[in-house]
Amino acid sequence: MIKNLQTYSRSFFTAAWLGWKIESNWTDPFLFAVYSIIKPLAGAFILVVMYGVITNGNFGTPIFAYLYIGNAFYRYVGDVMTGVAWAVIDDREHYRTLKYMYVAPIHIPFYLLGRGIARILTSSFAVLIIMLVGVNFLHLTFDIAKVDWPLFLVTLVIGILMLAMLGLILAGITLLIAQHDFNVGDVVAGALFLFSGAVFPLEVLPAWLRPIGFIIPVSYWLELIRRSLVGNIAQAFPTFTGLSNLELLGILAGLAVVFGVISVYVFRACDHAARERGLIDLTTNY
Amino acid sequence: MTMLPPINKRHTGWRLFLMTVWGRAYPRVVGIQRERSWIVFDILLPMLAVSAYVFVYRAIKAPEDYVGFVIVGGAMTAFWMNVMWSMASQLYWEKEQGNLALYIIAPGPMMACLLGMAVGGLFATTFRAAAILVLGSLLFNVSYAVVNLPMLLLIFFVAMTALYGMGMMTSSLFLLLSREAWHIANLAQEPIYLLSGFYFPIKNFPFWIAAAGSFIPLTLGLDAMRQLAFASGPILGFISVPLELGILTGLAVVFLLASRALLNYMEKLAVREGRLTESRA
Repeated sequence: MIKNLQTYSRSFFTAAWLGWKIESNWTDPFLFAVYSIIKPLAGAFILVVMYGVITNGNFGTPIFAYLYIGNAFYRYVGDVMTGVAWAVIDDREHYRTLKYMYVAPIHIPFYLLGRGIARILTSSFAVLIIMLVGVNFLHLTFDIAKVDWPLFLVTLVIGILMLAMLGLILAGITLLIAQHDFNVGDVVAGALFLFSGAVFPLEVLPAWLRPIGFIIPVSYWLELIRRSLVGNIAQAFPTFTGLSNLELLGILAGLAVVFGVISVYVFRACDHAARERGLIDLTTNY
Repeated sequence: MTMLPPINKRHTGWRLFLMTVWGRAYPRVVGIQRERSWIVFDILLPMLAVSAYVFVYRAIKAPEDYVGFVIVGGAMTAFWMNVMWSMASQLYWEKEQGNLALYIIAPGPMMACLLGMAVGGLFATTFRAAAILVLGSLLFNVSYAVVNLPMLLLIFFVAMTALYGMGMMTSSLFLLLSREAWHIANLAQEPIYLLSGFYFPIKNFPFWIAAAGSFIPLTLGLDAMRQLAFASGPILGFISVPLELGILTGLAVVFLLASRALLNYMEKLAVREGRLTESRA
């Protein structure tokens, strides 16, 4: 048991170091920082401009806070899932080292999770920048003194673990597909964007689509993030008003466990299939 | 020593050029259709992301024409993604795979290779974009008010020529890049969607910001298409459609000429600096 834990931690932390090096050393630190700021800010400002065009720049409304905070923290969804799944493409197709990882004395799932850590760090930086811009330049309704920090931190940690497990599912699927689907993490995140209530309350969706939002853990995660940061505004939207913070946290944790178990079995099955079909050292040139 | 059979029919000049164009377009037109996952990854899942923006506009009670703007913008993102990932980054991918030197050695001109990539990519992407446009229009009951269909098609054609000319130009630049090529292509997504007004009229930007964004052909192309396809389009247009057509034509000429000049220069530079075969491995 202890040896297994040592293997898991060695795999995880070495992969985290490696992932950070790969993510960050393609340019000098200043350009890397600029890149890490421009892309997420531009993504956030697409919605800001869309909103501003229709409402003539009235950013002091609850719906804007709902939209802005949801969009900011949604960055974690795409980045964490992509970070884990992308490691398969990067190692298999670009560096051609995946087969060596498989024969090395490491635990592959923990290795892939470690590779996703770098994206968590860059996402955290991006979310911080987006929130600072929102508060300072867009008059986002946010009072730091009223933030429920314990709820925020617990929610953030559970959410990131949950997203990492979803990323592991995608990593398993990526083992079986060609490299031109390299943006599978971003694409799935884009699809979940619709159902998770990230930028609009679930009530806006047609009634027959809303149940999908209630089985996605991301919906509960974002609701808890909003409640911890801007509690009074989040309460103004009816989607989860019948549930207390503790109940939401319980549902989030439960769904995170369920998806965690699913991810273990899915990854195992995909890993087995990839080994059987000889796809571990596959390179697809299209 | 085994003698190879003689080449009875050598292709040179424009025949070789066209053969190279077709040879490079073929994988994108025919080969890639064999991997059916594009139906999910290039149509269904992006359709869901586009739908999210539609519901954002509905949540803030935007006029219904804005829903149409999102659908059209979402369809056009397929072209931008194709230009960035399958044109601009392509020579970088070829370098990574070890094929670039083979392209240089082959008798077909590199310009024909790039043109083949553009033609094939445009053909394949048009189907994907059309699918998103049709699906989105049916799902969200988008109403179009097309006032001048020939002009609309002309704008689309010229905008695509300019866009893929830009793609050919940037693919030459990417010849010199290493791992940063991927990051630059990755960077040129959300900022371009914002600057080019994929989901909203760029008239809402200050003039000089909109003008700067107009260097991307899709900016003026989208603006002109909105003016020609939607009832409120002319009110929300940045500049007049004929002027936009003129600018797009100029951009097409400039980008195509620049791509030829840059390709020759970058190829020589890459050969001189030994960058044709470097890879991240």
